[in-house]
Amino acid sequence: MGISAEEFRFVADLIRAEAAIVLDAGKEYLVETRLGPVAHQLGLGTISTLVAELRTRRNPALLTRVVDAMTTNETSFFRDVQPFEHLKRKVFPELIERRRAEKKLSIWCAAASSGQEPYSMAMLLRENFPELAGWRVEFLATDISTQVLAKAREGIYSQLEVNRGLPAPLLVKYFRKHGLEWQVDSSLRSMIQWREFNLASKTFPPMGPFDLIMLRNVMIYFDVPTKRSILGNMRRVLRPDGYLFLGTAETTINVDDNFASDTLHTACYRLKAA
Amino acid sequence: MRALVIDDSAVIRTVLTRILTNLGFEVVQAAHGKEALERLRGGPLPAIALVDWNMPEMNGYEFIRSVRASSEWRDLPLMMVTTETEMEQVVKALAAGANEYLMKPFTPEMVEEKLQILGIKGS
Repeated sequence: MGISAEEFRFVADLIRAEAAIVLDAGKEYLVETRLGPVAHQLGLGTISTLVAELRTRRNPALLTRVVDAMTTNETSFFRDVQPFEHLKRKVFPELIERRRAEKKLSIWCAAASSGQEPYSMAMLLRENFPELAGWRVEFLATDISTQVLAKAREGIYSQLEVNRGLPAPLLVKYFRKHGLEWQVDSSLRSMIQWREFNLASKTFPPMGPFDLIMLRNVMIYFDVPTKRSILGNMRRVLRPDGYLFLGTAETTINVDDNFASDTLHTACYRLKAA
Repeated sequence: MRALVIDDSAVIRTVLTRILTNLGFEVVQAAHGKEALERLRGGPLPAIALVDWNMPEMNGYEFIRSVRASSEWRDLPLMMVTTETEMEQVVKALAAGANEYLMKPFTPEMVEEKLQILGIKGS
C-alpha cells in the first residue's frame, strides 16, 4: 500500500520534530517499508489509517512505535571491519598505555541500535586486552529507540543476525543457543549499561568524560545545524586525548573544525590541540 | 582468485557461484567431498572453499578433516555453509578445522562479510 505525498510530508515533519531526522523526498519507500509492518501489527491495516491515527495525537504509544520504526537501522556485528581493526591495533593500545596509572576507561556507543556494535566492542576487548580485567571499564550504550534498546539489553539475536559479520569462533565463545535464537552470555551483557538517549537534545545531561565515543552511521540522518550541535556536545564530553568514530560515509569536515581525522580510512577523529 | 564451492544442491552451487563471481572470484564447483578432493588434486590451491555439511559420497565434515590431515592442502581456508544450526555442530566444525561457519539461508552480504572476516578478497 503506497503513501500519499501529503502523508509522507506529515510523517517527515513528525520524525524531524521528534528525532531531528531528515527524511528527504524520495524516501517514501523507507516510510512504507518501515511503517507497513507497524500498521499491520497494530491492526490498523494500512499506513493511511496509521497516519490518520497519528494526526489525532491521542496515542503517545503509537508515536513511540513510529519513531522507533523510522530510526532503527539495519546493522551487523563488526560492521565495516576496518574501524574495529583500528580500535584493536591503535586506539585501545594507546588508551591503555595512557590510562595505565588510573586503570580506568570510559566508552560510549552513542547510536547503539540493537546492540551489535557495543557487543562487538565488548568481544574485541575481551579477546585482545585481557589486562583490562583489573580495570574499571565504564561502557555506556545509548539509543533513541526504546524498542531496540530492550532488544539490545537482552542480547537475543536471530540466526540471520548472527550470520552477519560475527566470526564463528566468537559465536561459539560468547553466545548460547536459545531456542531458534542466540543470546549473548551474561558476562558480556553485564559489561554494558544501556540508556535511552536522544542525541538531538539541545544540551547533554552531565555525563562522561569519555575516552572513546562511537557515533557511527547516525549523523547522516541529521541536518547540518543538528550535526553541529551534536558534535559541539560531543566535544564537551570527550576527553582532550580521546577518540571519536563516525561512520565511514560521515565526516566532521565543514561541520565542526575542532576535530582532525586520525587516519584517512577509518573515520576516527581526535580533538585538535587547544 | 579461485573459490571452490562444494554442495550437492545445484541451485546452491549456482547461487554461491554468482555471488562469488560478482566478488571477483573464479569459481570451481563440486557436488560432494570426494569430487572436491579431485578438484584440489587437479588444480592450483583455491583461496577459499565453501563447504556444505550434508552431502552424499563424502560429507563436508569428512572433507574438512581430510583437507586438514593432508600435507598439501591443510592451509586451505574453509567455510562451512550449511542448514545445521545447532551450537554443537558449529563447535564440531570449528574443532575439525573450519575457519568460518555460515548458516543457511544466507544473503550475498553475509557471504561477503564472512570473507572479509577471513581477509579473503576476489581479484
